[in-house]
Amino acid sequence: MAAAIRLDRVSAGYDGTPVLHDITLSIEPGERVAIIGRSGAGKSTLLNTIYRRYPECTALIPQASALVGNLSVFHNVFMGCLDRHSTLYNLRTLVWPPAGEIAAVARVLEAVGLEEKLFAKAGELSGGQQQRTSVARAMLNARPIVLGDEPVSALDRVQAADVLRVLAERHETKVFAMHDIRLALEHTDRIILLEGGRIVLDEPSSHLSHERLLPHFEGAPQ
Amino acid sequence: MKRVGFLRGLTYGSATRILLLGGVVALPFADLTVSALHPGAEFRRLLAGLLSPAFSAIEVWSVVWTVAFAVLGVAAGGSAGLILALFFDRSRLVRLTAAFLRSVHELFWALLLLQITGLSPVTGILAIALPYTGIFAKVFAEIFEEADRSAETVLPHRTSALSRFAFARFPVVAQQLKTYTLYRLECGMRSTLVLGFVGLPTIGFHLESYFKEGHYAEAAALLLCFYVLIGTRRLWARPSTLPVLALASLFVLPQAAGNGSTWSNLARFFGHDIIPAPIRSGGLWQSETWAAFGAWAGRITAYQIAPGTLQTLILAQIALIAAGALALLLYPIVSRRFLGQAGHYLGRAMLVVTRSTPEYMLAYLLLQLMGPSMLPAIIALSLHNGAIIGYLLGRHADQIQLRVDAPRGANLYFYQTTPSLYGQFLAYLLYRWELILRESAIFGILGVKTLGYYVDAAISELRLDTAVLLLVSVAVLSMSVDALSRSLRRRLRVEALPTRLSAESGADSARSTGAYADPVHAQQPLL
Repeated sequence: MAAAIRLDRVSAGYDGTPVLHDITLSIEPGERVAIIGRSGAGKSTLLNTIYRRYPECTALIPQASALVGNLSVFHNVFMGCLDRHSTLYNLRTLVWPPAGEIAAVARVLEAVGLEEKLFAKAGELSGGQQQRTSVARAMLNARPIVLGDEPVSALDRVQAADVLRVLAERHETKVFAMHDIRLALEHTDRIILLEGGRIVLDEPSSHLSHERLLPHFEGAPQ
Repeated sequence: MKRVGFLRGLTYGSATRILLLGGVVALPFADLTVSALHPGAEFRRLLAGLLSPAFSAIEVWSVVWTVAFAVLGVAAGGSAGLILALFFDRSRLVRLTAAFLRSVHELFWALLLLQITGLSPVTGILAIALPYTGIFAKVFAEIFEEADRSAETVLPHRTSALSRFAFARFPVVAQQLKTYTLYRLECGMRSTLVLGFVGLPTIGFHLESYFKEGHYAEAAALLLCFYVLIGTRRLWARPSTLPVLALASLFVLPQAAGNGSTWSNLARFFGHDIIPAPIRSGGLWQSETWAAFGAWAGRITAYQIAPGTLQTLILAQIALIAAGALALLLYPIVSRRFLGQAGHYLGRAMLVVTRSTPEYMLAYLLLQLMGPSMLPAIIALSLHNGAIIGYLLGRHADQIQLRVDAPRGANLYFYQTTPSLYGQFLAYLLYRWELILRESAIFGILGVKTLGYYVDAAISELRLDTAVLLLVSVAVLSMSVDALSRSLRRRLRVEALPTRLSAESGADSARSTGAYADPVHAQQPLL
């Protein structure tokens, strides 16, 4: 079976400043992977590099929820499937949403517990609600791979666990950048630890423990 | 640019000295005489008239048509500008077109259009729409550029360009576009008023004859009516009422005065009138034709473009210095830091009056009072621009955080606020340079011998080929000053400071709706 994601000795950076060095990585379809590491270790850059390499089959949940504040939650979530309809249909939906689309969006919002905010303005939501809207958008996008950059950082543990579970049902392959080690151990099968833009650890979650990972975060709040 | 070396070590001080030097050099060449016999007496008559407005004299239809022309002109310019804005960063042609459209003043456009579409609503609407298209294109493009684009980066691959725009780009800036368009409507009303001075049936048409005949009470009534219209703009011109306004405007437009068929006029205009006379009459392949053309262009350059450009620059330079000085004098008066709450109200009143009084009308009025010279034009330009910059600086002064033991009065002015606002002051002044220059050229229509004087003369003698050549030189001059101003602002490192009046004066609304995207957020590299 072909790998869902394969990086071979990839380096990347912003404005000439290298962030990732020589990353070699292969992720199989169906895997749930957590990328952990201190802030600045290159987690977001790694996710963005993967996104750029597989634009056809990935849905992205960016760190800043990246919503259009002036549009409703419905429209923000609907953006996840703009490529599946004609431009004319999209424009019509902007002005006068068809009942079928409302129902489809309501279903994914229900999964993240936000159905009552369907027509609220995205800009008026709380941080956690915006994050769940962003997750719902990725779910409606329904690509086989989902890349989440701290997709549940603004949620409490229970909500976070729920959201990770529904994401797992919707997308075949999951890659999440996370800072909550406990959550990562509970909800993923494989942990990749980045330090200074290099992979320093890549093991099944079942082989790892909170205590073993903690030294890598010494000095950083955890 | 060749001057780069010369401008390299530019500081606030040296920039000020260069600008001042320009003004001092220009001063001896300016005609500053007051030739009217009894300017004082006439001025008293004006004041008396202004204090006893004759409301029965208001021509209601002229008010209706002023609004209608402005609404339709701004709507057309806004729509065309929005489309151009989308290609602004990609196409040099679009940028040049926009720069050209906005470098020719609406009055010049009106004078030209009168030859094609005659005294008709189309002339009034197009005269506003054409330059405004250029302005909207540039400002909208800037708004799009500054906008937060993070939502766009997350859209599924292969989303069509139009869907991308409709969902993830347009809604992000819609509020800013609306605010700016409504602000522009106010400018459009001012421009439309002024179009009356060249014969279109707007408020300016009646103002001109009232002023000329010394009927100041009647003029005062019309002006007050205009101020009320501008002052209440937020009540009647809202995003929700705009479609209704536009539709209603279409229905109330006046009948066109008979001027033959537009199509045949258009064909004559492009096929005959604007083709340089020597080429029109001679064979295209004969060397004499081109020699005659060279002589023709040389004559116009030597006797019209060169002296006109010089006078335009002289007027603009003196007005620029006067406006700057006035702004520095005025800003403490309208600032809370110096005059408390009184300063705040004074500032608002000053802004409403100066913003709604078109410079052209003011110059016309002063010319009636003082007699023909450059002085009325200088006063009109410096009052209008100085008051606007002064108001804006006053608002900036209000926002300066002062330490508890900060000095007061003159010491506060010279040691604290003026030095810390000086970069902002230069940014406003240099930005207004091009606007002042455009107006300076236009004031030629009133008799000052700037470029507009020659344009007006050429058009009234139906030498449209000459007029077009002159207009091109106006455009080149104003684009050059714009480029120079931009490069000076870059060199002074003040190019990122706000310059547009709308950003500040939309004032209360602009800040609360976040009209300017937080730059840190906007530039966050998402991908």
